[in-house]
Amino acid sequence: VENELGLWAIPVAIIGGAIRVSTPFLFVSLGEVLTERSGRINLGLEGTLVFGAMAGYGIAVETGSPWIGVFGAAVAGALFGVVHGVLCSMQRVNDIAIGIALMLLGLGLAFFFGKPYIQPVALDLPSISFGWWSDIPQVQAALKVNILFLAGIVATIGLWWMFRSTRVGLLIRVVGDSTDAARAMGLRPSLIRTLATAAGGALAGVGGAYLSLFYPGSWNEGISSGQGLMAVALVIFARWNPIACFWAALLFGGAGALGPALQSIGVSEGYYLFYAAPYVLTLGVLIMTSSPRRAMVGAPGELSITK
Amino acid sequence: MADKAIPKIGPRGLPTDSWQATLARPAEAIAIPIGALLSGFLVFSIFLIIIGKSPLEFFALVYKAGFGTGFSWQNTLSRTTPLLFAALCVALPARLGLVVIGGEGAIVLGGVMAGGLAGVMAGLPAVIAIPLLAFAGGLMGSAWIGAVGALRHYRGVNETISSLLLAYIAIALMNHMVEGPLRDPSSLNKPSTAPFAEHLRVGNLPGMDVHWGLAVAVVCCILSWILIERTTWGFAARIAGGNIRAAQVQGLPVGRLVVGFTALGGTFAGLAGVFEVAAVHGSANGSLAAGFGYTGILVAFLARHDPLALIPVAILLAGFEASSGLVQRRMDLPDATTLVLQGFVFVAILLSETLYGRFKLFAPERWGAK
Repeated sequence: VENELGLWAIPVAIIGGAIRVSTPFLFVSLGEVLTERSGRINLGLEGTLVFGAMAGYGIAVETGSPWIGVFGAAVAGALFGVVHGVLCSMQRVNDIAIGIALMLLGLGLAFFFGKPYIQPVALDLPSISFGWWSDIPQVQAALKVNILFLAGIVATIGLWWMFRSTRVGLLIRVVGDSTDAARAMGLRPSLIRTLATAAGGALAGVGGAYLSLFYPGSWNEGISSGQGLMAVALVIFARWNPIACFWAALLFGGAGALGPALQSIGVSEGYYLFYAAPYVLTLGVLIMTSSPRRAMVGAPGELSITK
Repeated sequence: MADKAIPKIGPRGLPTDSWQATLARPAEAIAIPIGALLSGFLVFSIFLIIIGKSPLEFFALVYKAGFGTGFSWQNTLSRTTPLLFAALCVALPARLGLVVIGGEGAIVLGGVMAGGLAGVMAGLPAVIAIPLLAFAGGLMGSAWIGAVGALRHYRGVNETISSLLLAYIAIALMNHMVEGPLRDPSSLNKPSTAPFAEHLRVGNLPGMDVHWGLAVAVVCCILSWILIERTTWGFAARIAGGNIRAAQVQGLPVGRLVVGFTALGGTFAGLAGVFEVAAVHGSANGSLAAGFGYTGILVAFLARHDPLALIPVAILLAGFEASSGLVQRRMDLPDATTLVLQGFVFVAILLSETLYGRFKLFAPERWGAK
């Protein structure tokens, strides 16, 4: 029964992996879309993601409830977002550099406080099986979908709707496209950007909780290795559109699942090279979608990386 | 009319200012970073008090293990070398306004290059082989980070993101090479390349237990300072860093500057890897990805991207890293403590940017500048 699927095991494992691996990408990139649409870039979400993973895990172990862990991770992420937002509101303080500093600080604090939690066993977040129609175990495993993935879909549609047809979405877009226009409307750009960064940080924190509470489902210092950063790059690829972020996250998740999928059928040659696939894909996508001459389509006007 | 002061005339026919006015700006450029550094230490001290540890004990241990004795100085100076090279990889592109944070990738690949070629060159005398190894490692690093500059200029790819992605790719490549094609079959527990022949190991500076890499790194810092401050290339780079459009209108070769400065920074990062392999580890292995590239970012920002200022800053941060083992054992703190301290200092130094020009004390006008 082991090899009943033959080579079909690879696409099945990649699809299943894409669903499992994509969730943190999705949450971080949605958070980054929210932040960047308000005109700031937060490169520190890698640190937020790892700190959220640690906080979510630690709180879940202490309280016995994974959901309180997810909530705690969101609060921690929002705090990082507030710090980023407030610091960047000062004159001549560069949002990219602050992002790098907060990335290092977030990693440092996560490793510092996470030391005692490296041993305890995780309390898994519940998931729903969509594979009941099949009796092949690989298919069932692939379609075991976590509730946070479904929450991510809801958040995707929610953000898309918010930007398209709500007052809040409009305010964020105005602030992101022109500070002067926003001031003329009587808005406070720094405040709105700080709130958007905080909300974005909360989303990234939830993405981190998914890492430590579901897949891979334990806390350790190597839990992320750049997924937060890839998600930031993914936002450029997705042209600041939440729906496109969803598909991009699935694509990146699939790339991330390539190595383990090949390993599961016994291909171990060049394991580390397959492990690098998501980074290579991200870089390739960045090279293809960037242009030295024209401004990027859909980019918020005040965004420092596209100016 | 008679009491109207006649300005004193300097050597170039310009009115000279009082010494206070001349020193006001340089004093600001030194005082604000030091103030930021101390504020970072203060926030970290409060953090230690909150978690119930003594900041006094912490800093006393850092002094003792980093700077207290001749032995601790040697330990600190050995760690200074890769930090200096890594910081140059951040500081040189920064003069053009680029934030390159992936020096770790060039360090790792420079080291793998040296580790892989050492076996081939084992038959050559050291005076030929070591410079060749350094050249190869530097070339590898310069290609890696130069690509970041080229992507930035010719494709508009954000250099911060691309350099960090390339660092992850470099580490994966290193793991592949060290555990695959270049693996020495006798390295069982820790996959490594074949160990260096004894005569190819880089030796120590006379009278010290610190390898030659430190001298090379200091010379590279001085040369970089001369390049930036005393050559037309450096002048052009500073103009382009101030306003890239103005530089293009002036007809400056912005593309060549961007690729040249990133490639030069990458060369230095590659050299860091070469010296780590040839002088410290004796073969290329996973220890190359020790995070020097990331600490180097902080060194460069603290030194405000001035190649000469990198030297004292790198020594200071190397001292903290050298003492981290003792701090962990004596105070029962996790190894991430250094990372937390660096994070606080990093945030403080970036925040201090907002203070320039705010203090009357540092305004030349206050001291009667014309």
